[in-house]
Amino acid sequence: MTGAPLPDFDGCGTSGADEKIRPAFLLVYLLLGIAFGVVLTCSQVLSWFRIQEMFHFQSFRMYGIIGSAIATASVFLALIKAANLKSIDGKLIAIPRKPLGSGIQYAVGGTIFGVGWALTGACPGPLFALIGNGVTVMIVAVASALAGTWVYGWLRPSLPH
Amino acid sequence: MTNWFNSEWPWYVAGPLIGLFVPALLLVGNKVFGISGNLRHLCSAVLPSRLEFFRYDWKSKGLWNLVFLAGVLIGGFLASHFGAPQAINISPATVATLSHSGIHDFSGVAPHELFTWHALLTLRGFISIVVGGFLVGFGTQYAGGCTSGHAISGLANFELPSLIAVFGFFAGGLAATYFILPFVIGNL
Repeated sequence: MTGAPLPDFDGCGTSGADEKIRPAFLLVYLLLGIAFGVVLTCSQVLSWFRIQEMFHFQSFRMYGIIGSAIATASVFLALIKAANLKSIDGKLIAIPRKPLGSGIQYAVGGTIFGVGWALTGACPGPLFALIGNGVTVMIVAVASALAGTWVYGWLRPSLPH
Repeated sequence: MTNWFNSEWPWYVAGPLIGLFVPALLLVGNKVFGISGNLRHLCSAVLPSRLEFFRYDWKSKGLWNLVFLAGVLIGGFLASHFGAPQAINISPATVATLSHSGIHDFSGVAPHELFTWHALLTLRGFISIVVGGFLVGFGTQYAGGCTSGHAISGLANFELPSLIAVFGFFAGGLAATYFILPFVIGNL
């Protein structure tokens, strides 16, 4: 694989054309983010205890949340595709599909993240919501996650994908 | 309405609400819901580097998502300061399991034994916060997404890579929960 260009990471949010985003739209994204932070907090999805409860299979709660989130998103995605909808800022809605490749990056990267998810009790969204909740030591977890991100970027050319 | 903010939202309210962020972001600006891309955008913005992975225009690709992420932090602050539930009523079985490992303070959203500035100086706190955080960063970038990008956006779009990634999330999470965490909490 060395030398060959690696596929871009659609799931990491770098896909799509370069564009300038109007300030009014940034305000909408800010408000949506605030809503997401409120949901993460009020649903207790950001709690280490809830994640432990899930991984010990001692409550249906987290599975119900994740499952119904996927089902809801799936129904709306199907409707959007069927209707060929455009977004408010005028683009035809299209979700770029992630390249499968050998699948190794998903299996290995996913497992590594899973270990981190159980240790911190938080995925990336909840890490930031926890800082807002006053668990300020999670600033260190975020800094460490940035270090992990940087190390991945450094090792990327020599990792199997 | 106020009682909605005095106890945790039921799963059948929280789940669909989370799922709605996928169509909402698509309808607003054809954006794919996914948080972990922000770690890459932050590196690209804050740690200028010659590494190819970080050489792209983070403002045009990721500014919208960084603004969304800032909102998540603000939303967490607002919800926790204006009547969000503090008691995490986990199942008695989990209380018993965690007590057995050595967690005794169940008063916050995360155990004070592991997630305070003081705990950061202990080995078990360091592993939970610093090692855990590092693996979250490395793993999400290698996998190309996290719980939002793969488990929700990806599975809702029936993508095989996301299904593989989610199996990985749970394989890693279960291994850490059963083999690593009890040792970290109880012995370090």
